[in-house]
Amino acid sequence: MAGSETAAGAAPDVVKILVAGGFGVGKTTLVGSVSEIAPLRTEEPLTLAGLDVDDLAGIEEKRSTTVALDFGRITVGDDLVLYLFGTPGQQRFWFMWNDLAIGALGAVVLLDVRRPQSSFAAIDFFERRGIPFVVAANGFHGEHPYPPEEIREALALPDEVRVLLCDARERTSSRDVLIALVDQLIAAAAE
Amino acid sequence: MSEGDAQGRLVRPFALTGGRTRPSRADFTLITTVTAVDPPPERAPRGQPEHARILRLCARPVAVAELAALLDLPVSVVVILLSDLLEAGRITARAPHPVSRTVADLDLLKKVREGLGRL
Repeated sequence: MAGSETAAGAAPDVVKILVAGGFGVGKTTLVGSVSEIAPLRTEEPLTLAGLDVDDLAGIEEKRSTTVALDFGRITVGDDLVLYLFGTPGQQRFWFMWNDLAIGALGAVVLLDVRRPQSSFAAIDFFERRGIPFVVAANGFHGEHPYPPEEIREALALPDEVRVLLCDARERTSSRDVLIALVDQLIAAAAE
Repeated sequence: MSEGDAQGRLVRPFALTGGRTRPSRADFTLITTVTAVDPPPERAPRGQPEHARILRLCARPVAVAELAALLDLPVSVVVILLSDLLEAGRITARAPHPVSRTVADLDLLKKVREGLGRL
């Protein structure tokens, strides 16, 4: 394969994990704390064709006509790269979540325990589509008023969904959230 | 004049694609890796400046989402430009690792797990 071939042989294998949750819950913070590159942003013009009519409420007031996607990258092996995509928080962007979910290993749902309802849409989305996810409560100023079991109960999450506390600003904490997701995937695969 | 700005941003990228809004190929996801073919094929047609910029940026393998961010263009526009380059034989595209919801890829998961453990 020397010389004459294209450089495509050097292209790594690529996988992705989604980071979801309500607006301002810390998705980009988590991506940024573990990414080997500063989080990148790409913007997509909003095509209204993909939206239900009901979902248009509020959009006409928005100045921006684009959906922003923040993402980061972790090289997890010589030939294996993991991308982390922060998904647009609002439910009206579900059409975009569908595209993002294709080919994802799983998802992290970030939760702000002061307003957990802002992450309900994300939990619903992954449950309905059978996409494995963990729930990570991102403590405001690193504080955690509720233990994981209380959060699990309040959200009526099944046993196989791991619930953990994190501080998305901390690299090791964010890494541990990703590891919890992969461990959950491995445990499910081993069954 | 934020309205004018928004319009300008929306109009310009699609002017690059000759008004096309759909890629001619569905080969590109956000994490499809593209790589410039080196050396370029003989009699490769001259592209637009954006085509040349893409070729420079993907001299080494790079994901579509990263290209879009580096070019400051919407992914949908970059995909159309990449379709041109793929059809002209100027780039190769590598699909992301296929993920099945029914059959888990334990080897892959363990590799990811090990990589994260080293962080």
